[in-house]
Amino acid sequence: MAQPDYQVHDYDVIVIGAGGAGLRATIEAKERGLRTAVICKSLLGKAHTVMAEGGMAAAMANVWKEDNWQVHFRDTMRGGKMLNNWRMAQIHALEAPDRVYELERWGALFDRTDDGRISQRDFGGHRYARLAHVGDRTGLELIRTLQQKVVSMGTDVFMECKILRLLTDADGRVSGAVGYMRPTGEVVVFTAKAVVLATGSIGKSWKYTSNSWESVGDGHAMALWAGADVIDMECVQFHPTGMVWPLSVRGILVTEGVRGDGGVLRNSEGTRFMFNYVADMFRSETAETEEEADAWYDDHINNRRTPDLLPRDEVARAINSEVKAGRGSPHGGVFLDIATRRSAEYIRRRLPSMYHQFMELAGVDITAEAMEVGPTCHYMMGGVRVDAETQAATVPGLFAAGEVAGGMHGSNRLGGNSLSDLIVFGRRAGLGAADFAEGRRGDVGADQAQVASVVDEAFAPFGREGGHNPYDLHHELQETMQSLVGIIRKGPELEEALTKLEDLKQQAAKVHVSGGRQYNPGWNLATDLPSMITTSIAVTQGALNRTESRGGHTREDFPGPDPEMGKVNFVQRQRGEHGYLAPISIAPEPLPEMPAELRQLFEEGN
Amino acid sequence: MADAEDKVTMRVWRGDENGGEFTDYVMPAVEGEVVLDVVHRIQASEAPDLACRWNCKAGKCGSCSAEINGLPRLMCMTRMDTLPEGQPVTVAPMKTFPVIRDLVTDVSFNYEVARTIPAFEPGPEPEGGYRMMQVDVERGQEFRKCIECFMCQNVCHVIRDHEDNKPKYAGPRFFIRFAELEMHPLDVNDRRELAHDKGLGMCNITKCCTEVCPEHIKITDNGIIPMKERVVDARYDPVAWLGRKLTGRRKKTAEEAAAG
Ligand SMILES: Cc1cc2nc3c(=O)[nH]c(=O)nc-3n(C[C@H](O)[C@H](O)[C@H](O)COP(=O)(O)OP(=O)(O)OC[C@H]3O[C@@H](n4cnc5c(N)ncnc54)[C@H](O)[C@@H]3O)c2cc1C
Ligand code: SF4
Ligand code: SF4
Ligand code: FES
Repeated sequence: MAQPDYQVHDYDVIVIGAGGAGLRATIEAKERGLRTAVICKSLLGKAHTVMAEGGMAAAMANVWKEDNWQVHFRDTMRGGKMLNNWRMAQIHALEAPDRVYELERWGALFDRTDDGRISQRDFGGHRYARLAHVGDRTGLELIRTLQQKVVSMGTDVFMECKILRLLTDADGRVSGAVGYMRPTGEVVVFTAKAVVLATGSIGKSWKYTSNSWESVGDGHAMALWAGADVIDMECVQFHPTGMVWPLSVRGILVTEGVRGDGGVLRNSEGTRFMFNYVADMFRSETAETEEEADAWYDDHINNRRTPDLLPRDEVARAINSEVKAGRGSPHGGVFLDIATRRSAEYIRRRLPSMYHQFMELAGVDITAEAMEVGPTCHYMMGGVRVDAETQAATVPGLFAAGEVAGGMHGSNRLGGNSLSDLIVFGRRAGLGAADFAEGRRGDVGADQAQVASVVDEAFAPFGREGGHNPYDLHHELQETMQSLVGIIRKGPELEEALTKLEDLKQQAAKVHVSGGRQYNPGWNLATDLPSMITTSIAVTQGALNRTESRGGHTREDFPGPDPEMGKVNFVQRQRGEHGYLAPISIAPEPLPEMPAELRQLFEEGN
Repeated sequence: MADAEDKVTMRVWRGDENGGEFTDYVMPAVEGEVVLDVVHRIQASEAPDLACRWNCKAGKCGSCSAEINGLPRLMCMTRMDTLPEGQPVTVAPMKTFPVIRDLVTDVSFNYEVARTIPAFEPGPEPEGGYRMMQVDVERGQEFRKCIECFMCQNVCHVIRDHEDNKPKYAGPRFFIRFAELEMHPLDVNDRRELAHDKGLGMCNITKCCTEVCPEHIKITDNGIIPMKERVVDARYDPVAWLGRKLTGRRKKTAEEAAAG
């Protein structure tokens, strides 16, 4: 194929992704005076972060003075079933409050306490009310604040640009990226001294998901193809409360804030079944009676937390069991009831967008009737293996922050800990990348041969005769992951999934697309398929290797946790051969060891 | 509710900057669907290259704006069963912005306006951090609900019918951005001159913008009209301006703000 013309843009730092993590990283690098650009697949301000509802967790102690970073750290580690990178969890708990106050200095308008401080709400797995929020549209506030800051700094923004591959130099260092502009279909090449990946999630490989079309695991896959390590890929979070009806909205999220603000889960018999699903690890801090649970909302000191707010993995599995036992709702979920527990005025004020969402999309008035909810694929705990301080990946020149990075959340993320993760580690990734860029010597150029091979591969589907339609392959992938690598997993099914994924991998290399290059969603999907398939393979390999149940990863054939497995991450990487068609190796490696003084926090019987 | 055999005709505009036309797609009707679902099914079956924008599918990101049966709506929040039965559903791109392809328009005008707005700038931080009361933040919060769907920009006749007004007109989305900053308890920049320079005076309060806002922001009553009053204040009533200064809120002038 003839060499197409392309534009080359040269920067010190490029940030791939304009969600909370990417924008926060951009601000940091730009503030250092470096030539910085941020790149995203959608319009600016539309990234997945905009959909976040409930809030961001930070131990500011505005509502409960007993709260502090140690408690937040401990909650986070326990929520993650101790698989977390302890240092990341510590940095997160320590720095989150400063990052939230910083947003206020940049113009964010959080909901207030009676004495004018930033208000904080209860969420699952958090001992104290800890989530700074704006009604149930916190993500919008976060992204708008960061977006306006980035724009006011005069930063270069490349919108509707899909990055296909990272570029590497002769020494294996990452030196840029190549992609195409969606509105024109033109190729674009970036050269950069440091690259920050902030590409978000992988949820679009499942049929029922709260994620948007952007969440195809581009960053996870590109990092692997560039030789970087990824960890904990088996740890996928299924949020317990997605909408289940009508079918067309199945999977859309119902914020945990509903339960934080008093909503409870009931089965078809009207029973608050969560009381029957309290794991030993949480027994001492969970209410045993409905009276105690209800009293807890107003008095956290003398009562224990309602089991409705156990960590998400626990609640999702409980719902799954109730439905299996025949106690589900008419459309295969369970009931989430706030109508009988809070006044209509309170519900509309605290949960305006949930009210609106159910009214408009399902014709359900949540102030008068219960919602039907069930698990939906929501969040990726696993991701690029990074250094806790700098967010550097294992390949020089590459950094990762936000959902694409692994380690912070262990095997299960607590609600609200993602938005705070984005700003804490987005900033650190920006700093890390800026330091690296400043120290990097020599010219950074784009290797023409690498660019040409990426471009050839991307445009090949247009010329092909026969071959599959990308929509059909995507559908098949989603069916496979939903049925075989879902919330409850079994060895033989995972093996079957791997065989299917291998087959899909070959077929996706031969897809056919019609139409032109300009804003062509079919072609766009064709270029997403390799990312989705690579990440799906990594998830499945991880799931097969982790022969235990822990956090978001549940094996029916290994129902309990295995203490030995709790000491390792499964690390996946490509060695020797790189790229979409190359195999991915997997091996356990020991977790970083937590220092004694932090270990104590878990031993005091708290 | 629709039977399994029921069909709907979707009349979708297809084309690019050089022009285009409506194309009919006859699709099975499915219970509970929104317009965006049907558009997605068209992509997956008959027209894989049909261009549209979307992200959240829940009315939160403001990506999927289009003109449905002639009215600006979010495709993801428009239930098929609320549209007249037995008639084709027309779906067209927003008229005020140049078409890129099919339902996707070039909305860069809005991003350019956004670049001209001086940043939020808080006054000095007191010991122990800023304090703000819920009632005071609520005024700004109403405007910050904006999901930047740009449908208010799309219907505003000042630019919808007069392309040449665009360079001097920020439009309703940005009038409420000015209002939000102006009403922010901590911001010290004065936005009133700037709002004036950006065409606030050209708005003649038809309220078309408020009518289409999917977030139900009272763009005119709570944003534009108070801003118009404040601009008048700033120009003709130095006493009112001084009064505000004396109550502790020192706002910079537009020139000071532009200078940083
Ligand atoms: C409905 C919902 C509600 C949530 N509520 C909460 C909550 O209340 N609290 C909380 O803490 N967390 C919440 N979460 C989780 C949280 O919102 C996400 O984990 C977080 O926003 C991810 O942010 P990010 O910056 O990592 O990536 P994203 O916001 O997903 O952004 C990814 C960016 O990368 C870009 N990108 C991706 N691939 C490419 C490519 N190939 N080329 C160029 N650009 C690319 C995208 O365009 C986008 O700009 C929620 C999630 C959902 C779905
Ligand atoms: S009220 Fe003003 S801004 Fe709104 S549509 Fe009418 S003229 Fe435009
Ligand atoms: S003000 Fe309303 S109509 Fe205008 S862009 Fe914002 S959300 Fe859309
Ligand atoms: S897809 Fe987000 S508003 Fe419609």
